Amino acid sequence: MVLRLEEQGHHHLLSHRSFVGLCLLPLAAVTVAFFLLPMARLLVTGAEGPQGLAGYVSILAEPRYRATLINTVLLAAATTVVTLVVATIAGIFLQRHRFPGRAVLIAMLTFPLAFPGVVVGFMIILLAGRQGLIGDISSLLAGERLVFAYSIYGLFLGYLYFSIPRVILTIMAAVQKLDPGLEEAARSLGAGPWAVQRDVVLPALAPAFVASGAIVFATAMGAFGTAFTLATNIDVLPMLIYTEFTLAANFATSAALSVGLGLITWVILALARSFSGSAVAAAG
Amino acid sequence: MRDRLIFTGQFLFTLLVAAFLVVPTALSITAGVTTNYFRGIQSGLTLQWVAQVWDLYADTIGLSFLIAFATLAVTLLAGVPAAYALHVRGGQLSRLVEEIITLPIAIPGLALALALLLTYGGFGAFRRSWLFILAGHVVFTMPFMVRSVMAIFASVDIKTLDEGAASLGASPWRRFRDVIVPNAVPGILAGSLMVVTLSLGEFNLTWMLHTPLTKTLPIGLADSYASMRLEVASAYTLIFFIMIIPLLVAMQMFAERELTR
Repeated sequence: MVLRLEEQGHHHLLSHRSFVGLCLLPLAAVTVAFFLLPMARLLVTGAEGPQGLAGYVSILAEPRYRATLINTVLLAAATTVVTLVVATIAGIFLQRHRFPGRAVLIAMLTFPLAFPGVVVGFMIILLAGRQGLIGDISSLLAGERLVFAYSIYGLFLGYLYFSIPRVILTIMAAVQKLDPGLEEAARSLGAGPWAVQRDVVLPALAPAFVASGAIVFATAMGAFGTAFTLATNIDVLPMLIYTEFTLAANFATSAALSVGLGLITWVILALARSFSGSAVAAAG
Repeated sequence: MRDRLIFTGQFLFTLLVAAFLVVPTALSITAGVTTNYFRGIQSGLTLQWVAQVWDLYADTIGLSFLIAFATLAVTLLAGVPAAYALHVRGGQLSRLVEEIITLPIAIPGLALALALLLTYGGFGAFRRSWLFILAGHVVFTMPFMVRSVMAIFASVDIKTLDEGAASLGASPWRRFRDVIVPNAVPGILAGSLMVVTLSLGEFNLTWMLHTPLTKTLPIGLADSYASMRLEVASAYTLIFFIMIIPLLVAMQMFAERELTR
């Protein structure tokens, strides 16, 4: 057998090794030309401002940039916490109970998964904008139109809108893998329903929380479409990068800020991956 | 009794969350076919807004499909062979390559777009054509194709199949065509759905890369949200939903099949 294999190897014009190398060639070409080279260019541009390399320091030192950075981190953190709480309550419920209409409910909770940020922004305008539903209801009940779509609260609601569907599926999959025997054991030892949730179920879901929380955080840090649709003056990092680049033509600062933002999201996702041991990806 | 109460509470909560997601979608669909949204549905149903969107934005829909299928073609041609090579080679270098091509998922589209603009902004003809947007979409969607195909290779023991075919004297190219690709079909399909869906809805990169002559559907959507009346914006969103929902349903079916396997 071994002999035959070697014999065959000589007959082929192309050895297995070089064929495998050839298979990688198109991907390598695309990646170098449209990702690695541009990224290198971005890194260099960040240091080409009037301050040189110190331009990278200024994104932390300059009060205006620092305030925006803190604002963005707080918003992303709030989105992560609320999304995890909401998705965990709904996810555990949907995985643990069977009732008529369950499949429809799951479909309703997951279908906005592929909505682009701009569409999510529009959904928030329909809910909380000038002609929005929340305004209609509040003017009916309290006589005053509640409009908050075009502020950071609208953005927060938008981030919840696209984060919840992503996380619910992960939580449901994690709940499915839990060992019901553990909960039974805790119950037979006299633990009440809350104690079982707190001491058995939630700790077992920790890896899923870390993985999906990291995705939500990274996505909320970098999301641009929703903020763009709601208002250009919301003070978050992607909007700052956008205005610096297009309106102020401040290439060096916007490049440095982009590098900083990319670094934050990448580190968060890499940490989550090394912690939870599974593949983590963010899109949107 | 207490269990009943907990069940009802959780059920109502879940219902509320579902309403938060579904109600605006329903509002947008109704607004798109209502004569006057401010006066409500009693003002009558109409397709005039859909027709107006078609007049104004039909070319953005065409360009979006063109770019989505071109992105699919490139990710298939470059991604499937690469997934095979990375799987059979294994080792540190393959892991590094996988890590690098996955980076665009972790980096915000805005940063990637800026990088492309700073590098190729001076190449006028390329910068002005839709191929510039294609380049961005390819980089952004490639990891989804490669990973989806690699996941299949990991589950069907492709190495044994490959070696078996080799021992029967099949050339590397024939093995790739007749053994590897047919076995990777589920991964290729799942990856393709993902690539087309992501490309059709991509905004962050595309907004920076587009020109007035290369507007895609999400660019047109943003444009209509900013400058058109609510009914037109809603009708446009409705058209987008009609395009994207079959893709979503197909993806969901795939995901369920994976779960039950």
